[in-house]
Amino acid sequence: MSTTVDPVDAIEKLPTGIPGFDHISQGGLPLGRTALVAGTSGSAKTVFACQFLAAGILQYDEACVFITFEETPKEIRKNMLGFGWDIEKWEAEKRWTFVDASPEIGDEQIVMADYDFGGLLARIEFAIEKTGARRVAFDSIGAIFAQFADTAIVRRELLRIVSVLRELKTTAVLTAERTAEYGPVARYDVEEFVSDNVIILRNVLEGEKRRRTLEILKFRGTVHNKGEFPFTVMPGSGLEAIPLSAIELEQGSTNTRITSGNEDLDSICGGGFFRDSVILVSGATGTGKTLMVSEFAGACDKGEKCLIFAFEESREQLTRNADGWGLDFPEFERRGRLRLSCFYPESATLEDHLIRIRREIEAFQPDRVAIDSLSALERVSSVKAYREFVISITAHVKQQNIAMLVTATTPSLLGGSSVTEAHISSITDSIILLRYVELLGEMRRGLTVIKMRGSRHDKDIREYTIDSTGMSLGEPFRNVTGIISGMPQGISVEEQGRLNQLFE
Amino acid sequence: MTESEQFYQVKLYVTGHTPRSERAIRNLRAICMNELEGRYQLVVIDVVENPQLAEDDKIIATPAVIKELPLPVRRIIGDLSDRERVLLGLDLIVYNSSRAESEKE
Repeated sequence: MSTTVDPVDAIEKLPTGIPGFDHISQGGLPLGRTALVAGTSGSAKTVFACQFLAAGILQYDEACVFITFEETPKEIRKNMLGFGWDIEKWEAEKRWTFVDASPEIGDEQIVMADYDFGGLLARIEFAIEKTGARRVAFDSIGAIFAQFADTAIVRRELLRIVSVLRELKTTAVLTAERTAEYGPVARYDVEEFVSDNVIILRNVLEGEKRRRTLEILKFRGTVHNKGEFPFTVMPGSGLEAIPLSAIELEQGSTNTRITSGNEDLDSICGGGFFRDSVILVSGATGTGKTLMVSEFAGACDKGEKCLIFAFEESREQLTRNADGWGLDFPEFERRGRLRLSCFYPESATLEDHLIRIRREIEAFQPDRVAIDSLSALERVSSVKAYREFVISITAHVKQQNIAMLVTATTPSLLGGSSVTEAHISSITDSIILLRYVELLGEMRRGLTVIKMRGSRHDKDIREYTIDSTGMSLGEPFRNVTGIISGMPQGISVEEQGRLNQLFE
Repeated sequence: MTESEQFYQVKLYVTGHTPRSERAIRNLRAICMNELEGRYQLVVIDVVENPQLAEDDKIIATPAVIKELPLPVRRIIGDLSDRERVLLGLDLIVYNSSRAESEKE
């Protein structure tokens, strides 16, 4: 048996069926092995363990065994019903079997040396063989140490259980408690005897916000993606990991142009936006960002499907504004061409928003998506989480060949940039700035396209006006400098002439 | 009914025919014969042969004694070589005499 095999190929993986996890783990959990899932209290360890089994039943028709040391089967059945997992029904179908090792209340027990876990082992083997189970979950190790004081015996016996699970060719998940988010892998040094595969679930408090992340610390002898990945626990469906750095820059490129919804804008962009591009519109409040979103969505009048995510305005406000510019949103919605999805940023965590946005895109299958405004979401998350969110959402739409227009509100009225711009500017294909221009005691508005990937574009700063027909672009500002930096200054005609002569 | 007349129903769970199992069986039999002559029923169950019984009784560790009668139900885990503690666990040492013994020490 001394054939040399490529260690990467040697270990097969079992797709868990947990959304996102199989991508991060590059295929799932190592087949026929035991993985330790460690996390602090409330880090969704039990949900992970249950979902591993539930997904096995639902997606791969694999029977399973759940060994519980902490909660009673009754409690688990009840708690998991909220995720749509009807464990009681699966038990009746012999697809889910509990091995109940939860502490018996009121039973007096005297423990003396010397003993083993022969009873538990026999029950586990019996349950696996009776149902042909392929997946096993064990929740949690810490609770066994609490029931039996002699840690040396408990460790020896756990090791035996793990090796039996392996002999029976089951893939198992063992949960273990951690005392700190960043510290030892687990209590009682359990990783020392089940150390091949370790997954850590974290629930970190970051700038007053809870943020759940999942990290694969090690998979012995096989590959996986490294680092922490955010995940969320959704009522009705369970855990969903968000594979951020796992996103590949593989989207193709197209030369197809689509209309921005505004003819003037199309002409200065060299004929419109690209079909698969992400466009950032940045401007202070009142510069017309929502108008650009509405005009962008107005293309659904010409046969495209558009989905708008609004985080600043309600459905009624959006509809009324659009009506003012001659766009009949309710009619578009009736025809199934448009969908408005309005939420307060504070109504959910950023990860929840991300998953909701992805689900709505999948369900509606739009040709174009608008987010108004992306920067409103800055306030519900930390900077790091926000950057990951932006990258994830843009990658997602690009993979689907969807044009996306996002808006960012600049914090100052004149000039300025926002966190959104800092994080998104390098991954957007086009950037349009809307700026106030103070000129001779008058507030005017200027628009410029500062980036248009893969195309020539007009480099002027054009004045624009907004009226009942929408946005109209005018002439470039010729006698003013410093608009973009937020310090507009008029320059004399003579100076302008002199500058022009310099290049003649 | 006095203490000395109560009927004892005792189960002993073991795993296979290991030295530890044999030791536990031997120890418990000796105690029952000496202390409970004629008023006990002892059932020895091998979890390897009867995993469903182990499941029903929620056995984790073996050897394990379950004293089902007289109430309260008690469990004793280990190879039962510490005779005094087994007797205590089975309520076979009368409270007074156990205190008397500890006072002696």
